[in-house]
Amino acid sequence: MVNLSVRLGDVELKNPVIPASGTFGYGREYAELYDLDILGSFSWKGTTAAPRPGNPQPRIAETAAGMLNAVGLQNPGIDAVIAEEVPNIARIFHGPVIANVGGFSLQEYAENCAKLNDIDQVAILEVNISCPNVHAGGKNFGCDPHAAAEVTRAVKAVTKKPVFMKLTPNVTDIAEIARACADAGADGLCLINTLLGMRIDLKTKRPLIANRTGGLSGPAVFPVAVRMVWDVYEAVKLPIIGCGGVSSAEDVCEMMLAGASAVEIGAANLRDPCACKKIIEALPAVCERLGVERIADLTGAAH
Amino acid sequence: MKQSLFTLEHTRQLTGDTYELVLSGDTSAVTAPGQFVNIQLPGKFLRRPISICNWTEDALLLLVRVVGEGTHDLVRCVPGTELDVLSGLGNGFDLTQGGAHPILLGGGIGIAPLYGLAQRMLEAGVTPTVGLGFRSGKDAFYLEEFSKLGCRLLVATEDGQLGTKGFVTDLAKNVRECDYAFVCGPTPMLKAVHGLGQLTGGQFSFEARMGCGFGACMGCSVPTTNGYKRVCKDGPILYKEEIVW
Ligand SMILES: Cc1cc2nc3c(=O)[nH]c(=O)nc-3n(C[C@H](O)[C@H](O)[C@H](O)COP(=O)(O)OP(=O)(O)OC[C@H]3O[C@@H](n4cnc5c(N)ncnc54)[C@H](O)[C@@H]3O)c2cc1C
Ligand SMILES: Cc1cc2nc3c(=O)[nH]c(=O)nc-3n(C[C@H](O)[C@H](O)[C@H](O)COP(=O)(O)O)c2cc1C
Ligand code: FES
Repeated sequence: MVNLSVRLGDVELKNPVIPASGTFGYGREYAELYDLDILGSFSWKGTTAAPRPGNPQPRIAETAAGMLNAVGLQNPGIDAVIAEEVPNIARIFHGPVIANVGGFSLQEYAENCAKLNDIDQVAILEVNISCPNVHAGGKNFGCDPHAAAEVTRAVKAVTKKPVFMKLTPNVTDIAEIARACADAGADGLCLINTLLGMRIDLKTKRPLIANRTGGLSGPAVFPVAVRMVWDVYEAVKLPIIGCGGVSSAEDVCEMMLAGASAVEIGAANLRDPCACKKIIEALPAVCERLGVERIADLTGAAH
Repeated sequence: MKQSLFTLEHTRQLTGDTYELVLSGDTSAVTAPGQFVNIQLPGKFLRRPISICNWTEDALLLLVRVVGEGTHDLVRCVPGTELDVLSGLGNGFDLTQGGAHPILLGGGIGIAPLYGLAQRMLEAGVTPTVGLGFRSGKDAFYLEEFSKLGCRLLVATEDGQLGTKGFVTDLAKNVRECDYAFVCGPTPMLKAVHGLGQLTGGQFSFEARMGCGFGACMGCSVPTTNGYKRVCKDGPILYKEEIVW
């Protein structure tokens, strides 16, 4: 029997498979298809202070081996999530939940995270810093080590829950951002968010996505994500959730070899709603083939 | 919603770019006409949403217009091909709401879900008038199938080669007694029908680029007077009074 359990700091997961934020809503749709309790955890949709309508249509474009999305963080707002989704999550999933939190100012990040203090099922705060800072001309927090550190400190000041900063790959040196978050007190890191991309419609000669640009995800980004997890593992001593293009049990193992302690799966759920279930079912055999008895031993083993 | 394998039984070409497909499999998740399926195709990352034209306990009837690589590949699948299908997606039409004599208006490939709808209406004792619009005579399809159901059928073509010269809105204007419409077609057509003064109510089937097709990603969501709705889950049918253009 292969031991699939992993640790993210003090949080123990029964396996490393976590549906990624924005591809799993608050779990409702998938609970119709399979028992969510097989999952290590899941990361809920990026939640902001106010309800957000999101971007105009179209928001989605297909690409070779992946997709672009410009959903624009559509979510019902933190208060509605606490009132309506959190009680429902408790019914459909009994493991630890990762709360993905967005924000457009330091204050918003801190307030959102503080509101989650009393929700026991939320085991980890995943702070999405791929958001524009309204007080800095819309520059993404995650593109500037100083701003990334400020968000980390602002959140750490209001919560006792472990804080994982979710990094954007749209930077020259992701290790530098990772170090800034680590020095500011982050308990872990999650990477990568989507890569900025664009498609143009040949018929209309206009961008396919109304927002013009969208975030690329899916198998196309997998090698980029593996490389970035590798770089960050070398740079900091924090647990890493690896994310980006994972679509098979083999990909999970590869991401762990690069340095991830657990793995998030995003776009693969949209293509196949049972992707996580199939990956979890395939993991023991893949581990056996690789000769590992504890999947946790894979973390960083390629270094 | 259900995920299962369907087997392609047969494909029949209806016009230059439109095909009829019959797939066999478990259709137990299909509950209403106007719902759709989301089909995985080899080599394509996203699934392709296709309306359910009609269904039985163990088969789906689909009408597919080739517009790009995915639909091209789909209509070229050989009988026996197995396809990974999410079935029973979306809300579907509510046929109890249109009164005894509603009008069904379809444009081009948008006529597909109206076929199963018309059949079920007739079974329920509702007598619909069906108005179908095409660009030209050579683009028309499924006229015989609709006639065989036994409903009153009106046809319009933009060039007047077949039926009335004009649009489905012109057909509707000729049956002023119909004040409730079930509509599917390209967005400009939906908008034109929505603007018809004679309608007191109606159900309109919308399209959107989809990430998942089952409500998880917010890729398809559109503003309505009842807040944002996901075309794939809260739609694809939206009601006249909630539609925002
Ligand atoms: C609810 C719903 C029901 C539909 N019912 C039918 C039907 O019964 N018969 C039929 O022939 N077509 C139907 N369509 C349209 C069909 O989904 C598209 O024509 C198809 O996805 C095009 O794929 P492609 O690879 O051939 O084209 P491409 O243009 O190469 O596709 C590229 C991407 O854009 C998406 N896309 C392109 N056009 C559309 C569109 N109009 N709507 C949504 N996504 C699109 C594709 O899914 C794909 O992700 C329906 C769409 C929706 C949303
Ligand atoms: C439709 C969609 C919505 C997303 N929404 C969020 C979000 O709200 N917050 C966030 O941190 N990441 C979001 N992401 C990014 C994913 O969580 C993930 O980091 C990224 O897609 C890379 O993983 P993948 O290739 O497995 O999809 C979203 C991705 C997609 C495809
Ligand atoms: S396409 Fe994903 S929510 Fe509708």
